[in-house]
Amino acid sequence: MKVEQISIFIENKSGRLAEVTRVLGEAGINIRALSLADTSDFGILRLIVNDREKAKQVLKERGFTVSKTEVVAVEVPDCPGGLSQILQSLDRESINVEYMYAFVERCGENAVIIFRFDETDKAIKALIGSGFTVLAGERLYAM
Amino acid sequence: MMYNEEFETLPRQALEALQFKRLQATVGRVYGSVPFYRQAFEKAGVRPESVKSLEDLQRLPFTLKQDMRDSYPYALFAAPMDDIVRIHASSGTTGKPTVVGYTRKDIEIWSELMARSLAAAGVHKGDIIHNSYGYGLFTGGLGAHYGAERLGASVIPMSGGNTRKQIMIMKDFGSTVLTCTPSYSLFMAEAAKEEGIDFRSLKLHVGIFGAEPWSEAMRGEIEAKLNLCAIDIYGLSEIMGPGVAIECREAKKGLHIWEDHFIPEIIDPQTGAVLPEGERGELVITTITKEGIPLIRYRTRDITSLTYEPCACGRTHARLSRMTGRSDDMLIIRGVNVFPSQIESILMRIEGVEPHYLLIVDRKENLDTLEVQVEVDEQLFSDEIKVLQALSHQVEKEIKDLLGVTCKVRLVEPRTLARTEGKATRVIDKRTLS
Repeated sequence: MKVEQISIFIENKSGRLAEVTRVLGEAGINIRALSLADTSDFGILRLIVNDREKAKQVLKERGFTVSKTEVVAVEVPDCPGGLSQILQSLDRESINVEYMYAFVERCGENAVIIFRFDETDKAIKALIGSGFTVLAGERLYAM
Repeated sequence: MMYNEEFETLPRQALEALQFKRLQATVGRVYGSVPFYRQAFEKAGVRPESVKSLEDLQRLPFTLKQDMRDSYPYALFAAPMDDIVRIHASSGTTGKPTVVGYTRKDIEIWSELMARSLAAAGVHKGDIIHNSYGYGLFTGGLGAHYGAERLGASVIPMSGGNTRKQIMIMKDFGSTVLTCTPSYSLFMAEAAKEEGIDFRSLKLHVGIFGAEPWSEAMRGEIEAKLNLCAIDIYGLSEIMGPGVAIECREAKKGLHIWEDHFIPEIIDPQTGAVLPEGERGELVITTITKEGIPLIRYRTRDITSLTYEPCACGRTHARLSRMTGRSDDMLIIRGVNVFPSQIESILMRIEGVEPHYLLIVDRKENLDTLEVQVEVDEQLFSDEIKVLQALSHQVEKEIKDLLGVTCKVRLVEPRTLARTEGKATRVIDKRTLS
């Protein structure tokens, strides 16, 4: 029930983000979801892609620092209060969210939220226990 | 004005006779009381009796900073601890600082040489000396302090930092002499400007600046901005502290080294051969009156040249030209000695791996800046910003704690730091000193 995300270290200088997307594009890799966290010196680009092994390999070959992280994808009703319900159920179990980002599923009625927890298994249990749909990685990569 | 005219103007022949007598005594002393020297002399095939003239100094072995580190803390002391009245140390290099001990007589000589230095800079009784060199293990503060008291001037023991207060005191107390690092003097000038205080309204007439390399251009800037005469002073804790050599106010052409207490030589840093007068090379100093830690042919790593030409001021002591660099990789950042290896060991301790890093030293707003670039590899990388920021802050804090230097850590992508001939360039010094 976990999703593999790849994270890339990017220095804050012009052209680096473009370089990452160019390398992925040339390798025929499709980006399913992304989030960019930045500071004044550097940024971390987090990606869900259709072929993470290949993405990791081509980026490493180009000298980028890449790591893999397990995240959790949760379906959330695309309506007011949808996200709030998820967060409340996590709060009840005292589960901390490290970071999160969202994307809206194509042609669907649901949005998908990607969560990074420090206690991933506990979080999945809590989410399922509260009736939410946790998406399998394979489904997400192939969306 | 001279503090000790008899010795400061000793004719060459008399000066050399005195040096020889004192050298013989020093050699006998270290041979008899410091096992390190006994072994070094035996290895070099010399005995105290081998020193039959001043030229025989060249037959004696060098003393390196590493020898001092290996002797940590007290193994090079030539006097019993009962006779040691003061202990100083230079900043710890790769862990251990170099420790120096002074007997009462050492402190007295240091005070006199510092008093001579102040007098050479045009300081006299009645002056109010604003001493902004750091007090503590660093020799700058107390060295200048004792010299000022010996001279009979009034000394304000400010130490470094708290610049606003420094300026207030300078103004209210009517300071006439400023002693600090050259970069700090310019920093104070900027700070004063922000406070709306014009240095021309202060009573300062001379500034004595040392502990870091500076240029003629910087002298011009300091003299213009602080409205005083800027004098270059040289010293190092291993030899004594500040006051080993100083420019005279009359000529400001080279720094007189007090030859009745130190014998200077200039060597080729590669071969160790003694170079003729006027040629640039590494300064080597032999102390000939010290009791606590006498040093034979101590390699200072500072690059300079030596001249015995008579000086307009009348002093007969040889002069060193302005220091232009180091023969090792040591950096002097805001007066603090920093070796890249020190930063490397801090990074290694944090990461557990040998990191690729680059030190970028610059001078902005007249203050030295240090940026430490660290390549982020997979072992270091985290997908969480806070983890990476905590890492940067930890490195900054450890460098500050261990070296006393404030720096900025910048995380960079792998392989962005230049590697030449398989070896990485570790330092880019953008400060221009001419």
